[in-house]
Amino acid sequence: MRRIHLFVTAILLVTVNTGATFEDKGYSVGDYAIDFKLKNVDGKMVSMSDYRNAKGIVVIFTCNTCPYSKIYEDRIIAINNKYAGQGFPVIAINPNDPARQPGDSFDLMQQRAKDKGFTFPYLVDETQKVTKTYGATRTPHVFLLKKENNKYRVAYIGAIDNNHKSAADASEKYLENAIEALKAGKKVSNDFTKAIGCTIKWKEA
Amino acid sequence: MRLANILVLLFLFCSNEVLGQKVEVIKFPELQEIINNKDASVKVINFWATWCKPCIEELPYFEDVHATYGEQGIEVVLVSMDFVEDLDTKVKLFVEKKQLQSTLYFLDETDYNKIIDKIDTSWSGAIPATLIVDNRKNKKDFYERQFKKGELSQIIKTLIN
Repeated sequence: MRRIHLFVTAILLVTVNTGATFEDKGYSVGDYAIDFKLKNVDGKMVSMSDYRNAKGIVVIFTCNTCPYSKIYEDRIIAINNKYAGQGFPVIAINPNDPARQPGDSFDLMQQRAKDKGFTFPYLVDETQKVTKTYGATRTPHVFLLKKENNKYRVAYIGAIDNNHKSAADASEKYLENAIEALKAGKKVSNDFTKAIGCTIKWKEA
Repeated sequence: MRLANILVLLFLFCSNEVLGQKVEVIKFPELQEIINNKDASVKVINFWATWCKPCIEELPYFEDVHATYGEQGIEVVLVSMDFVEDLDTKVKLFVEKKQLQSTLYFLDETDYNKIIDKIDTSWSGAIPATLIVDNRKNKKDFYERQFKKGELSQIIKTLIN
């Protein structure tokens, strides 16, 4: 009887533990991030493991419809153009449920990627599982991952810079500074920042 | 002359009712003062924007709380997080159209990484978000989500009883 009790307790503990890290909190800096396989606007599936020579990946949860996402689009393109060739490509993921936000349908994502000339994949997280696992809560929300022994470790979470109104007036380019630190083999000094953004449009439970 | 005065007063009164409240532009220190001064027993401070669909959907619940509990010392404060270039066009037009009666502010800031944690450390920065300051119990609650119908008034009912 006692044995069964212990067994049940152990199972409960395991469930509670994985539940907490998986669903509720998402990643913190230093955590290992899961790879994913999500559909790109060109219809092909994309995973981080496709990027064999990458030193890291800039995962950005963003969307078509949020004004904060739109205001940062050109900056996201610029970051990919600057850093993809240096081993830090951008992968954008749209987390929104198009049933709740029709402007984020797959068709309109394709249209947006074409209109803006996205130079990076723009993936759809249909089940929202990747978004939940990472712990993204808003758009845009950046997770900079560093490749270590073929695993991806979270090095920075947060905003792109500290001035949504104007890239030129941003006194702190958080994401670029973080990528530069990784390139130099240093620790990211400011590894967690916050910004205003749009709430993620979760599927109705 | 007296009649003219009465007419002017009547016009001002009516126009205020029709146009909704004035939107005061503030910086973060003023917002902190609004959060911290204890001039209402409960303050319901909602962060919204005209571009935020879930915010617009839940605004009527805040207006209802203002209408129902405003006289009982519960102040509803709506803080617009719109872009500053949209203040005169979108925000003020919206306020007029919806005839918002709660207290209205427009937060004009840029470096939100320095601000968000000072409002509440649990806030990631997504809107809608609501801070409820209960000055009688010295308690603050933060909600980074959209309220469902009836939920906000239930929270307020629980607070005041």
